[in-house]
Order: sequence, then C-alpha cells, then structure tokens
Amino acid sequence: MLLVVEQFLNGLQFGLLLFLLAAGLTLVFGIMDLVNLAHGSLYMMGAYFAATFVAWTGSFLLGALMALGATLVLGIVLEVTALRHLYGRDHLDHVLATFGLILFFNEAVRLIWGPAGLALPLPAWLTVPVPILPGIHYPAYRLAIIVVALLVALLLYLGVMRTRIGMLIRAGASNREMIGALGINIKLLYTLVFGLGAALAGLAGLMQAPILTVQIGMGENILILAFVIIVIGGIGSIRGAFLAAIFVGMIDTLGRAFLPNLLRQVLSGAAASTAAPALSSMLIYLLMAIVLVVRPEGLFPANRR
Amino acid sequence: MKAFTVSKAVTALLLAGLVLLPLYSQLSGNIFILTLFTRIIILALAAASLNLIMGFGGMMSFGHAAYLGIGGYAVGMLAQEGVGSGFIQFPVALAASAIYALVIGALSLRTRGVYFIMITLAFAQMAYYVASGLARYGGDDGLTIYKRSDFSGLIDLGNRVQFYYLCLACLFGVIFVIWRIVNSRFGLVVQGLRSNEQRMQAIGFPAKRYQLVCFVISGTMCGLAGALLANNTDFVSPAVMYWTRSGDLMVMVILGGMGTLFGPVMGAVVFLLLEEFLSQITEYWALIMGPLLLLIVLFGRGGIMGALGRAGRG
Repeated sequence: MLLVVEQFLNGLQFGLLLFLLAAGLTLVFGIMDLVNLAHGSLYMMGAYFAATFVAWTGSFLLGALMALGATLVLGIVLEVTALRHLYGRDHLDHVLATFGLILFFNEAVRLIWGPAGLALPLPAWLTVPVPILPGIHYPAYRLAIIVVALLVALLLYLGVMRTRIGMLIRAGASNREMIGALGINIKLLYTLVFGLGAALAGLAGLMQAPILTVQIGMGENILILAFVIIVIGGIGSIRGAFLAAIFVGMIDTLGRAFLPNLLRQVLSGAAASTAAPALSSMLIYLLMAIVLVVRPEGLFPANRR
Repeated sequence: MKAFTVSKAVTALLLAGLVLLPLYSQLSGNIFILTLFTRIIILALAAASLNLIMGFGGMMSFGHAAYLGIGGYAVGMLAQEGVGSGFIQFPVALAASAIYALVIGALSLRTRGVYFIMITLAFAQMAYYVASGLARYGGDDGLTIYKRSDFSGLIDLGNRVQFYYLCLACLFGVIFVIWRIVNSRFGLVVQGLRSNEQRMQAIGFPAKRYQLVCFVISGTMCGLAGALLANNTDFVSPAVMYWTRSGDLMVMVILGGMGTLFGPVMGAVVFLLLEEFLSQITEYWALIMGPLLLLIVLFGRGGIMGALGRAGRG
C-alpha cells in the first residue's frame, strides 16, 4: 500500500514535469509550426544554470529564479538569432537545424562545465519527509514539484484561455496572416511564445536537477518522451499534452516499479529480470503505437484550420 | 542540354577516387585512410537507403539507425551462438531488417508529416531499449564480434582491401538498384505519392501499399549496411541505434542533396571527413559542426548536388 501510493505520486510528479516540457514544445509547434529538437537542450541548460547559480548564491530559491530568467533570455536569444529564420520552412529543415543546435549546446556545456556531471544539493527544508496520509511520508521536494507544476499548468491554462495575450496566441495559431494584418506585432508575439516555452523547459530542468545528476545529454532522452507525449496528446493541444503527460508519467513509473514483480509471477526469475527493464522502457512507445493506430492525429487533436 | 555537367564530373571524380583509394593506401602505406573510408562507404550505403524513402518517397524517417543496429545484431548474435557463416548471417540480417521495416512501416504510414517523423523516431528508440536489455548479448555495453562473417574462402572480410571492395560493391549495387527503382513504374508511383498523395489515390493507386514496399526495401538495404558496419568495427552496441545516429544519416542525405542518386554518397563523404578533420583540430568539434548544420539548412538549398548544379549553369 505504502509503495503503491508512493509510486503513484512519483508517477504524477514525473508526469507533471514532462508536461512542463511538452507544453513548451506543443505551444511552439502549434503556433509557429516549428519542430524544435533543441527544446531538450533548453531543459539541460536550465539544470546547468540552476546548479551554477545555486552554488554561487548559496540560496536554492534565488538560484532557481535566476536560472529560470537565464533560460528565458537564452530562449529569446536563440529565437531571434537562429530559429526565427526557420519559420515557414519545411519541417525537415527544422529537424536538421535544431539537431545542429543540440550538437552545439552539448559541446558548449562540455567546454564550460566539463564532461563530468554536476550535483544540485537540496536545502535542508526541502529534504524532510512530509506525512501525506496517516503513516505515509513523502519527500517534501517531490511534493513541491507537484505543487509548482500544477500551479504552472493552471497559470498556463488561465493565461492562454483568459488573457488578452493568450487570445492573441490562440488567434496567431489559427491564422497568422490575419492577425498580422490586424496590426498585431506577430514577430514579438512569436519571440514571447518561444521564450515562454524555453522558460517552461528550463523550469522542468532545474526542478529535475536535484533528483537526477545534471549531465550532458540529459535533455535528449526526456525530449523524446516529450515528443511521445505531444504525439499522443495531439500536436498543438495543451490539454492533450497535459493528459498525455500524466498518463505517460504514470505508465512509465508504475511500469518500472511493478512490472518486474508481475513478470516474475509468469516467467522464471532470470528471464523476468532481463526482460523487465527493456519491457518497461518500451511500454510508453507501445502506448504511442497503439494510440497512433487507433487515432492517427492523437487523442485530442487541436482544431487547426 | 549539356550531357556533361559539373555535378556529373564531380561525381565521376569521387567514384573514381573511391575505386582507386586502396591503391593509394598501399602505395603510401596509409592504412588509416582505408579504415576511415570503409566506414564512410558503409554509412554512405545507409544514407543512400534513407534517401530512397526520404528523397524520392517523401517519407521522413527519423529512425533509420535502427536498421544499422538490427543488421549488426543479427551478425553479432549469430556469431555469438557459433554461426559464423556469412551466407547465413547476411540473409538473416536482411530478413530481420525487412520484417522490422514491415511492422514499423505498416504502423507509421498511418500517419504523415511531423507525426511520421516522431513515430519512426520513437520506434527506433524502442529498438534501442530492446538492445540495451539483451543481457545475454552484452546489454548496454554491446557485443564484441570475435570473428568476422565467414564466406568460406570466397572473400576474406579480415583482409582490409577485400573488405573495402566488398563494401564498395555493395554501395554500387544498392545505388544501381535505387536507380532502377526510381526509374521504374513503381518508383514513379512512389515519387508521385510524394508530390500529391490525394491525386495518386484518385487515379487508383493504393498509396500506403506502394509506400510500405518502398519503406521495406529501404530498411532492408540499411540492414545490409548494419551487417557490414558490425563486421567493420568487430563490435555492435545499442549506441549505433541511438537517435543521434539517425540524425547523422539525415544530415548526410540533406547535405549531399535529397532525391539525387549520388547525393547521399557525397554527403556521407563530406560529413564524415569534416567530422574527422574538425575533431583533429579541436576536441570540441561539435561546437563548429552544429552551427555549420544550421547555416547549411538556412542557406544551402538542395545540398552539395544542388550547389554543383547551380555552378554548372552559372
């Protein structure tokens, strides 16, 4: 029971983290029609910035805030210098150009921070276990991730659905020429959206940093998960990304936790222990394959044109 | 119409260079260059196979490296189990790649555009994780192949020059087959589907079936490259299937010129030589390579073949 609740919360936490990453990806894709493979690099940069700034300032919160700002600025710079010129180009061009950016970022990180990973230690007040149910404790930090991510998701929803900027963003997604003709500075809007996406990726990276080690290439594996999520959820749909992210986070975490035991019931011990890790890594891809076979446009396709 | 264009001249020069390379290597005693070019030729073969679906068929597969792994693991696993004959290893490698392509293609071709890019990528990652889970065959660490494929005296893969020519022959063979396919009725249908699927379907061609066959042919060819690559490195690991390898293959195709017969070969040669050259200058070669790719995408339309074509006209 204890393990089930704990793994369930872990799944939720991982899912919400994936949502932060997928939301930026799906926003950028839905609005600018840009496939950004370098999104994972922004996630990585968020983590590296956090590790650096936290060590530098000595305060976790201050360092995290600075890292968030730094990723936002980095995203905006990236958009203005490089990615802006890719709008309206073929998707293949996007894949290639941003693939080049990944190479660049990985190498730049190796040059600046060295090939060894960094650790981001948590302050004492975030490491205490918090009682969530009678007799069940859960790490405060993971709980904090859940709360922050839910808050961000809510803000994002309100921002996109209830504010003027959000309205412009949605309008830009459905007809970019028209909104430009109405006198909206579409270039600025795009830069803003990209910066927002970058900041979300950075937030995911810096929150994940204390749980995993901060290392080169950390963005790539999780980027593919984020892609799986937006494909399952329907590209361009934030609601789809949210639900799919929770779903994928749960399946991945619960699969890793319980699949080995389940397999052991059917298979011999040795066979189960070799098959289980591969099978649990494959689970979400299987899920995606099934979704695409049943609904090739994803579960919640955004209404586009 | 000029029959003799700049791009044709450069291509002929490149091919002649590839044929004569072992001679140069023997004369100068530079063995390294032979090893380097064996690898280049094998990856050129993989890039050419990707070009068949990407350039001619308009199917943007981002998971082509999976076949390199499947072909390689077929050779490695059989060698591990004591089946050393290339007459068994290579057909198994091709068949395994074809079956994988058939399954993946049947699922992936239900989607298009970015979804297709993503789903092929995800399936390749799945293959990557499966290979990492093969504890019996080295898992994450990979599998060392102690004996290269044995063709019972017909050709000795342990001999550098013979192996080089085998790879080159495979490359030429594959390009010949692609040339025949592209100019056949089947190839014209596939290219028509790239331009306008709806119209082709309205004329009465079963679009998905044509694309699937093309997808399987391409995957099988790349499986051959995988089998050769495993023999070349005497080693196969999940890393050959990692998604950045698929990205490398895509870069080679685009760099050389999509939808041209020899573009991928040109792209592979330039990309890998550039990688080799830059990594000799600086340890941080990707720092230059990354932005270079960006610039190529932004300004270099049609790749090397495109540029050569313009040079010929201008």
